[in-house]
Amino acid sequence: MLLLAGRRLASMLLIMIVISILLFLAFEGDKLALAGRVLGQYTTMEGKLHWIEENGYNRPLVVRYISWLYGFFTGDWKISAQYNRPVLEFLAPRLANTAILGLCVFIITAVISLILGVLAGVNEGGLRDRVISVISVITTSFPEFASGTFLVAIFVFWLDWLPGSSSFTNGFSVKELVLPVTVLVIFNFGYYTRMTRASMAEVMTSQYVRTAILKGLPPRSVVVKHALRNALIAPFTVMILQLNYLLSGIVVTEVFFAYDGFAKAMYDAALFGDTYVVSACAMVAVFVAVLSQFISDVGYTYLNPRIRFA
Amino acid sequence: MTVTSVPATEMPKRRPLLLRILKSITLLRESYVGMFGAVLVLFWLVMAVGADLFPLRDPLAQSAPDLLKPALSLAPDGTTYWLGTDDKGRDILSRLIFGSRLVLFWSVLATVVAYAVGMLLGVMAGYRGGWWDEVISFIGNVFLSFPPMVLFLVILTNFGPTSSMGQYIGSLGVGSTVVSGVIIIVAITFGTAPQVARIVRGLVLDLKTRDYIAAAEVRGESPLYIMLVELLPNARGPLIVDACLRLGYVIIAIAVLGFLSLGLPPPEPDWGKMIAEVRGFGAMASNAMIWPAMAISSLVLGLNLLADALREISLRD
Repeated sequence: MLLLAGRRLASMLLIMIVISILLFLAFEGDKLALAGRVLGQYTTMEGKLHWIEENGYNRPLVVRYISWLYGFFTGDWKISAQYNRPVLEFLAPRLANTAILGLCVFIITAVISLILGVLAGVNEGGLRDRVISVISVITTSFPEFASGTFLVAIFVFWLDWLPGSSSFTNGFSVKELVLPVTVLVIFNFGYYTRMTRASMAEVMTSQYVRTAILKGLPPRSVVVKHALRNALIAPFTVMILQLNYLLSGIVVTEVFFAYDGFAKAMYDAALFGDTYVVSACAMVAVFVAVLSQFISDVGYTYLNPRIRFA
Repeated sequence: MTVTSVPATEMPKRRPLLLRILKSITLLRESYVGMFGAVLVLFWLVMAVGADLFPLRDPLAQSAPDLLKPALSLAPDGTTYWLGTDDKGRDILSRLIFGSRLVLFWSVLATVVAYAVGMLLGVMAGYRGGWWDEVISFIGNVFLSFPPMVLFLVILTNFGPTSSMGQYIGSLGVGSTVVSGVIIIVAITFGTAPQVARIVRGLVLDLKTRDYIAAAEVRGESPLYIMLVELLPNARGPLIVDACLRLGYVIIAIAVLGFLSLGLPPPEPDWGKMIAEVRGFGAMASNAMIWPAMAISSLVLGLNLLADALREISLRD
């Protein structure tokens, strides 16, 4: 178990290093282009060369990479060209906003998909299973901006129950959180429901569940005490991977509802050409992705006794 | 002494390809949900192919007096805007139908390219094994670790139409739509090919222990022949289902890029872009937003239902 976790950790670190090199080369490899993006495209050649010299971009690539990486880990994320503020200072509240949205979506998605998935998987092939399966295929077919369009048309323009934008201009409000959360839950829960269903259905056909049924245990106790624990391992570890989507994948929803979160900050910066913000965001997003992958892998081995005691 | 010719062992004759495809389509009859999916996909396919044949307005023609008209409103020339108009007075119905051509063309092309790259890498990793496998799997893992949206943003901002790569493609004398399209394909390939490679590798690891592979090796076939002729065709079952689902994802990805104005350039009638363009007009634009949202949802729904039915059918036999 420890050996496995150690090996995973080593491969995770290696992947992170390779990714950081790729990101560094993409953003800062071409120093003239970088100077152009930071100073604006109408800067003269002398201006760019002066800036390159002044900021130490004439040092060898390896030295620049190491100092870039060092700067990232010590919180020196440079100055945003768009807002003329330190990148870290401006990203922190955005990250908090995304954390609120992400946490709501994560919890609701987990509850809905675990319940529906178990209900469907317990009786594979039955009417309940078919209905739940079809519903989860249908809902995953609505991209966020499509379901957002429908929900806004109904609840904002027609019924006038909810606000159409969630920028929190008058402070935090739960009402503004409803639509973005709903849109994301609709798009996501189907996948995890199907995942849980498949896992549950597999466990229900296993030998030990059959034994439990044959020895006359009530069906409820077979499901709750015997099947559920094993069936939830796989979906739960997959749900951890959702964290990575909830940080950067929700950009469409954040843009659609003008929600000032992390993904929208990255998107705005990318359109503006604010290189330092984009690279900082990309690093954060990738590190969360690799980390959640690691937690999910190790969690799976820990939760699954067949591997833990192997 | 007479020489009797020994008859060659009767080879079971393979039915022609068309017949086999027809046969597999009739299998769908058993699943109403799958049929419904197939009908949706077929509907958009017909729209995309036959867009020129329908009596439609020019999807790019703007009309100043008819901005954001609701569905079924009258045009000045006495005809009807069946689905209304957008913020520049363009006919939504014809934009949707000509848009389907755009959406299907680029998403199918991107999926095919991503699949070709992914299958090649996957079959090499699976069949060759050893260092080939280590290196390919590691590179795949690196790109799989990128959240897709981050990968798209990094590629499109650093290598987009205004970058040196975009300008190079543009200098080859192709239109701006093609430049954006090629860059979108590159971005989607980076995001999708590793997933395809992973699936193919898994399938190949299983297939390469079969007798017919050993037979081909004994016959002295080249590794390339074994990979492309013996292994890949036999892995097609699960891959067809996956391709259906994957095409749906790619359609969503392209529409999302269009919505984020990182996709095909205006005035192309990209569905995602159609929604983004009118979004600022609030309640007045509901009509202009709902139709493209329905279009993309119905197409993706069709593909997902089709994939679901195909998987069910393939699991049954």
